[in-house]
Amino acid sequence: MILGSINPAVLMAALMVAATPILLAAIGELVVEKAGVLNLGVEGMMIMGACVGFIIAVNTGSPFIGFIGAALGGIALSLLFALLTQALMTNQVASGLALTLFGLGLTALLGQQYVGITPPRTPKLDLGPLSDIPFLGRALFTHDIVVYLTIALVGAVWWFLKYSRAGMILRAVGENHDAAHALGYHVKRVRVLAIMFGGACAGLGGAYLSLIRVPQWTEGMTVGAGWIALALVVFASWRPWRAMAGAYLFGGIVVLQLNLQAAGVRIPVEYLSMSPYLITILVLVIISSGKGRGLNAPGSLNKPFHASS
Amino acid sequence: MIRLEKRKEPSKFWRIANPFLAVVLTMLAGGVMFAMLGKDPIVAIRLIFFDPIFSETFGSYSRPQLLIKSAPLILIAVGLAIGFKANVWNIGAEGQYIIGALFGAGVALAFFPAPGAHIFPLMVLAGALGGFLWAMIPAILKTRFNTNEILVSLLLVYVAERILAAMALGLMRNPDIAGFPGSRDLRRYEAAHNAELFAGTGIHWGVVAALIAVIFAYAMMTRHMLGFHIQLAGQAPRAARFGGVAPARLVVICLGIAGALAGLAGMFEVSGPGGQVRIEFASGYGFTAIIVAFLGRLNPFGIVLAGLLLGLTYIGGELGQMMLQLPGAAIQVFQGMLLFFLLALDFQTNYRLRLTKGVRA
Repeated sequence: MILGSINPAVLMAALMVAATPILLAAIGELVVEKAGVLNLGVEGMMIMGACVGFIIAVNTGSPFIGFIGAALGGIALSLLFALLTQALMTNQVASGLALTLFGLGLTALLGQQYVGITPPRTPKLDLGPLSDIPFLGRALFTHDIVVYLTIALVGAVWWFLKYSRAGMILRAVGENHDAAHALGYHVKRVRVLAIMFGGACAGLGGAYLSLIRVPQWTEGMTVGAGWIALALVVFASWRPWRAMAGAYLFGGIVVLQLNLQAAGVRIPVEYLSMSPYLITILVLVIISSGKGRGLNAPGSLNKPFHASS
Repeated sequence: MIRLEKRKEPSKFWRIANPFLAVVLTMLAGGVMFAMLGKDPIVAIRLIFFDPIFSETFGSYSRPQLLIKSAPLILIAVGLAIGFKANVWNIGAEGQYIIGALFGAGVALAFFPAPGAHIFPLMVLAGALGGFLWAMIPAILKTRFNTNEILVSLLLVYVAERILAAMALGLMRNPDIAGFPGSRDLRRYEAAHNAELFAGTGIHWGVVAALIAVIFAYAMMTRHMLGFHIQLAGQAPRAARFGGVAPARLVVICLGIAGALAGLAGMFEVSGPGGQVRIEFASGYGFTAIIVAFLGRLNPFGIVLAGLLLGLTYIGGELGQMMLQLPGAAIQVFQGMLLFFLLALDFQTNYRLRLTKGVRA
């Protein structure tokens, strides 16, 4: 029996690793969309983070500095988006697409000399006795620090949106920018900050791919992870913990599919590897078709704001 | 103090002028980029934009290439532009292009090696049908389940790429050559070959189809009720609904037209310049066509110009790789910059800068 060769604890551990990059990107985009901005450039910012993070980590020998560079790379690209959509009032959909196309091209150019290099290793976090717990130890406590920080970030975003004053202002800006403006909040300033946060998160997610998960740099290596993160935000109905559940569900599918490939199931690899995309579409359909409950989308999402006076 | 003021009506002058200005700015910024890569910027820009047409040494090779590269871009962009006008965002043309190619090639390979004048027309129909059906997935999911067409059409590109790989390695693999992926070369199968119609011009049936599509799209958008409905739905969705325009029908029509045209483009490519079903068959035309549609101002004739320009950058990019060892990705950056500059410049179409005295809240 081929399925018998798959160890559930290892599967669970691999799942958390597979979910982390898209969860990072999704939690960033969630905040951006909560502020009323639809940034379709997640894929572009992610690949930027993957590339910049990789280059910096290789040159400094430190994955940590690489991750910081990746966040800055993501922010740099997101500022371009902010400039276009917030200052120059361009169409958000088109600008996001431009960001993705530009990011893919730019990174192919920047990363040319880095193909085939192995990046410095990111150490696993030593959790002492925790990792010796049977099953759970192997599944939950054998990861690098980014996995845990990502979970902490989800909690922080949840708290921020739900309980902090700044988070409430951000939600107000996203729900109804005219009312928020009338109350004296700086709609554009809030949005630019949210966009930058989204860029940083997407960049970190990309770097997680190139520095830990793969770990290597290849052109276009995100292969749609940014788009899946975008779908995840819809799936999560703009709720942080649901985004995490969705990311882990998705990670599970990716890992299971890879395991089936390795176990030599008699389905061609090409068909197995399309399953994450198909399941993402399926989940989107199920979520969007739920009438009555409503989608919980922020009221001013993807609407331009221009203070007329 | 400087502030933006919304124009009462978009400026016609800037609408036309901005694409040209964007090209100039892209050349300048591209020059800076090439200089940073250690290449002579003037030589590089010349090589990309002028030499493919005017050079005596490689002009005879690259001039026909211009139509070969531009035709699929124009064909796809014309269809996308119709959707963009109605706010239907099909960004998965690359997938529709791939499936169209597979359908077309599938018909050809099924008939191989029989001769017959009916085979090529059947392939054309199959190509259009393939792209159409692939586009119907996001269309039906959108109209039935309200699923976002941007995400679905895009995710389907990755699915299509894997189907392409599966076909090249499996079902459509050339049985006569063991061990190599890729189908039979359709250029060697006379009944299925999308050959050059006039020697040395690069004109094949795809170029003809692109021209027909441009004329039809223009007529539809300006003379037909459907075109009016599409424009109305894009600019004033509420008014359109009161006017009896069914949004669901428009989504299906817009995605259907774009899908069929992208499928045609894929079919003409696989049976002509591309030649065979290979894993590397898809070359990003479906994504570049998005830039073409915007640069051409979503207007069919504008798209012809934009398609020729971006087709030119493809050839120029190849020349740059050969002559200057420019990285192939430089052209992608170039194309991305073009869209950025265009979008950025467009603010002056809708807004104007005003100097005002004092600060107003």
